Amino acid sequence: MCLAIPGQIVELSAEQPALAKVDVGGVKRSVNIGLLENERVGPGDWVLIHVGFAMSKIGESQARDQLRMLQALGEDELAMEEIRGYRFSQ
Amino acid sequence: METIERTRPAVRFNDAQIEMAHGAGGKASRRLVEGLFLPLLANPILQALSDSALTSVNGVTLATTADGYVVKPLRFPGGSIGELAVNGTINDLAVSGARPLGLMAAFILEAGFAGETLREEVEAMASAARRAGVAIVGGDTKVVEHGFADGMYVATFGFGTVDPRVRLAAERVVEGDRVLLSGPIGDHGITILLARGDLDLEASLVSDTRPLTPFAEALIERAGSALHWMRDPTRGGVATALNELVRGRDFGVTLYEESIPMRNEVRGACEILGLDPLHIANEGQLIAVVSGEAADGALAAMRAIDGGENAACIGEVRATPPGSVLAVTSYGGSRVIDMLVGDPLPRIC
Amino acid sequence: MKYVDEFRDPKLISNVAREIARTADPDRHYRIMEVCGGHTHAIYRHGLKNLLPGNVELIHGPGCPVCVLPMGRIDDGLAIAQQPNVIFTAFGDMMRVPGTKGTPLELKARGFDIRMVYSPLDALRIAQTNPGKHVMFFAIGFETTAPSTALTLQRARALNARNFSVFCNHVTIVPAIRAILDSPDMRLDAFVGPGHVSTVTGCRPYEFIARDYGKPVVISGFEPLDILESILMILGQLRSGEARVENQYRRIVPWEGNLPALRAMGDVFELRPYFEWRGLGFISQSALKLSNAFAAWDAEVQFEVPGVRVTDPKAAQCGEVLKGVLKPPQCKLFGKECNPEHPIGALMVSSEGACAAYYRYVHRDEPVSV
Repeated sequence: MCLAIPGQIVELSAEQPALAKVDVGGVKRSVNIGLLENERVGPGDWVLIHVGFAMSKIGESQARDQLRMLQALGEDELAMEEIRGYRFSQ
Repeated sequence: METIERTRPAVRFNDAQIEMAHGAGGKASRRLVEGLFLPLLANPILQALSDSALTSVNGVTLATTADGYVVKPLRFPGGSIGELAVNGTINDLAVSGARPLGLMAAFILEAGFAGETLREEVEAMASAARRAGVAIVGGDTKVVEHGFADGMYVATFGFGTVDPRVRLAAERVVEGDRVLLSGPIGDHGITILLARGDLDLEASLVSDTRPLTPFAEALIERAGSALHWMRDPTRGGVATALNELVRGRDFGVTLYEESIPMRNEVRGACEILGLDPLHIANEGQLIAVVSGEAADGALAAMRAIDGGENAACIGEVRATPPGSVLAVTSYGGSRVIDMLVGDPLPRIC
Repeated sequence: MKYVDEFRDPKLISNVAREIARTADPDRHYRIMEVCGGHTHAIYRHGLKNLLPGNVELIHGPGCPVCVLPMGRIDDGLAIAQQPNVIFTAFGDMMRVPGTKGTPLELKARGFDIRMVYSPLDALRIAQTNPGKHVMFFAIGFETTAPSTALTLQRARALNARNFSVFCNHVTIVPAIRAILDSPDMRLDAFVGPGHVSTVTGCRPYEFIARDYGKPVVISGFEPLDILESILMILGQLRSGEARVENQYRRIVPWEGNLPALRAMGDVFELRPYFEWRGLGFISQSALKLSNAFAAWDAEVQFEVPGVRVTDPKAAQCGEVLKGVLKPPQCKLFGKECNPEHPIGALMVSSEGACAAYYRYVHRDEPVSV
């Protein structure tokens, strides 16, 4: 119900601490980071943006873990197929 | 002039007032053209609803086209209204298989409009015409009161002769044909959207406005009669142009989603704004449908042109689903690509 | 694009799709509701149905703020737009949504000052640059969007911007889910939970669904891999007879939600005793209004609005589609009187609405299986 997309912080605003410039695929916009006051965010961090506000800091390690787990799903399958393959060839 | 049998469903225009959507190139525009202009002005040439009207005179097929230009802001990264007005009309001729011979221009100017800005725009028109090797041979000027016309509007009229080696028509498109595209989509539409400034987005994008004559000529040269159909996907984007091709036909187009060339910035802006890049306007791209056998050669010919390096085969003509444009992804997903409904509006949900 | 492209990886997608096929019991029919319209849109946009076994059916839920907004509210907003000196601002999503006397865009075509904004802060900026005008922001959205309105109002108060107001239509998702669960014709097995709402609310508010109704809930991201993995997690729970709230979208959603966002909402809004949802009827404590402290910025206080209730055409079966009893093309009006250009029912008005998404992305001649 809510279109939100990942963007990378490129700079924090010196004059207005609640603002940061965020890059999405080479498109830049100033977004409000007031909702992230409990997290430390700075240039290089990735955030989720919705209607000009950063909603959440994106967890790189969680993303990596998820992708690694889904990768393994395939490797298990490959291993299983190999085993099945051996059986067929015998 | 041959008359073409049309199987397309009749469209009615009952709209109470004109909306911006009637000019956006999507379904409302279609209703206006096919539901009002077409029945009231009915004649066999208009019936073809192609980019140019084709008439035969002493064995030569003449192509004529007219287009109005309104754009805010008048100047934008990569171009301006004057350049658009020349390139756009040349392109309508080019995709009809015609070599442009001349243009005429009608100006509607707002009282109070800066003389220097008008000079710049006429210079832009002159330079675009020179680039395409076409002369602007006539025109007209009207002035409206201050507060109307956003500074200036231009309407251009173009004429040329159709290359005798080609016959371009949706009727010639058959299953197995390939869909070729000259370069990345969405640059013009997103550039204009950003240049208006109210979305507060910045990107180093420029409009793709350019004459498409080199592409059309190279395709005719290389593919000849294997070239079946061409279109420049302006308002309404690639999605609308291809839907106009397949509507009411016994074939459909399947696009390979990942093969459609697109700049990162266009993709980024579309992700932020919830827009479909296939609906975004282009001013310097050409879609060509060529036979399967001629596709590789035609693509190589497009890529050999300066500015055609990113040309790609983006899809093919299939028997199913008839009348629809489908996009498939490499992981097996598929979706129907519809015409644009109204103006493309950014969304948050 | 980082955090987008990796989650559309064809190989990983086929891994998960294969695992789904293996986990789903072929003798069972699964009815899984994706609560959020963003999921509905993504499922059609990426053609994910092609990747699911035929017995895993996705039901499109009520999580589209435009769809569930009653027509009377649009009429009220547009009544304010027609008052002298008013600039009406709203997200692009609202611009083509019809009230009884037309859409915001149609009103704009008649000369009223109607502007589209990307952010509520942009509406406040318009107020600051137009001190002689009153700028009203027509606020819509679930918990994802409500904090942005709250922060904008706090800023308006700090700036003492008296020519700015909000017409508040913010709604909350949990009461709507409860209403669907309590509906007598409910036949759902599990829920794909709303990922972006949960960045604000966290995962706890869904615990009653698992605890009291025995249905699994998996909070999900919006990329193809996210949605498929969430379905796999749901099937896993159903296979082992469990019902828990799980968080698939861990890279984005903290279990506890976003405390500053919840605090800002608490400062600015209070719950309405009840609110009407298009297609679902009146649901108690399901929407937000501005608290008394913000009455000076509350368009409902500052302007007289007609407040007329508009009933939807009886032939439109939006409620049945919302609850998953009917599929969009099974409604009598679908694709005929009701289409994206001239929507009659709630679910056709937004590109996120189940009917609009179905109309736009699914081949019209495709046979419908129930």
